[in-house]
Amino acid sequence: MKARVTVTLKNGVLDPQGKAIQGALKSLGFAGVDDVRQGKLIELELSTHDRVQAEADLTEMCEKLLANTVIENYRIELI
Amino acid sequence: MKAAVLVFPGINRERDMARAFESVTGEKPAMVWHTETELPAGVDVVAVPGGFSYGDYLRCGAIAARSPIIDAVKRHAERGGYVLGVCNGFQIVTEIGLLPGALMRNASLKFVCKEVRLRVDNATTAFTSAYAPRQVIRCPIAHGEGNYFADAETLARLEGEGRVVFRYCDEAGEATEAANPNGSLNGIAGIVNARGNVLGMMPHPENLIEVLQGGVDGRGLFESLAKVA
Repeated sequence: MKARVTVTLKNGVLDPQGKAIQGALKSLGFAGVDDVRQGKLIELELSTHDRVQAEADLTEMCEKLLANTVIENYRIELI
Repeated sequence: MKAAVLVFPGINRERDMARAFESVTGEKPAMVWHTETELPAGVDVVAVPGGFSYGDYLRCGAIAARSPIIDAVKRHAERGGYVLGVCNGFQIVTEIGLLPGALMRNASLKFVCKEVRLRVDNATTAFTSAYAPRQVIRCPIAHGEGNYFADAETLARLEGEGRVVFRYCDEAGEATEAANPNGSLNGIAGIVNARGNVLGMMPHPENLIEVLQGGVDGRGLFESLAKVA
């Protein structure tokens, strides 16, 4: 089973990289980009076919390693 | 004082750290590889040095913070043992959860390698008692992700409890925005936990220990530890 974990910065956490991307877009002439936030996309290949088990495992993986919940949120998708 | 210096793949300041301890205490620290599960018996201080553990993959310090040795470090801290995290070591110690907050990408997006001034905002800790209150010291920094962040409540608690130990400042000791090299909230360079036995800081006191290095301003930290451990 394939899974996708999206890790994003929490609201209120300054994202200097997002700001730099926003500035670059502006300098390329893309008007109207009000904000840019950069995150991470992690794709996983799981051996289980049990969706409930997979979700439980992925939640534990996010809490223990994949996200730093002090500054980041995560979203789990099973594909 | 018996010190142990942790070694992870990609760390590069472990020998500087060991040398600093030896220079001040006359005793060679134990070098402890990350796959160990116990610290050497009788260790008073665990130092987590700087570098680029695991190439900074995923997040700085994230993978090192899940190493086999870390459970022993947590137990050491719970017993009241001292833990010193410098640079990548600070990032690792926050990732372990021994200190609050996180170190984010520098606001400038640039790696900053230079000498800065630090103000000792709390000279009553086990790590800083050899300094005078609000003493301004020189200290080198070398990091790309030293931008200290914590939520408003945590930040207020750190400030209220005097747990901001080192703050970036100018030569006159003013914590100005211009003196802040990385965008850290309130110019925070180093913090201590509530119990006072775990300190994390981005600057490198271990690199200003001998006259040959251009100064000895970093010795105070190791001398402070030598007084209590």
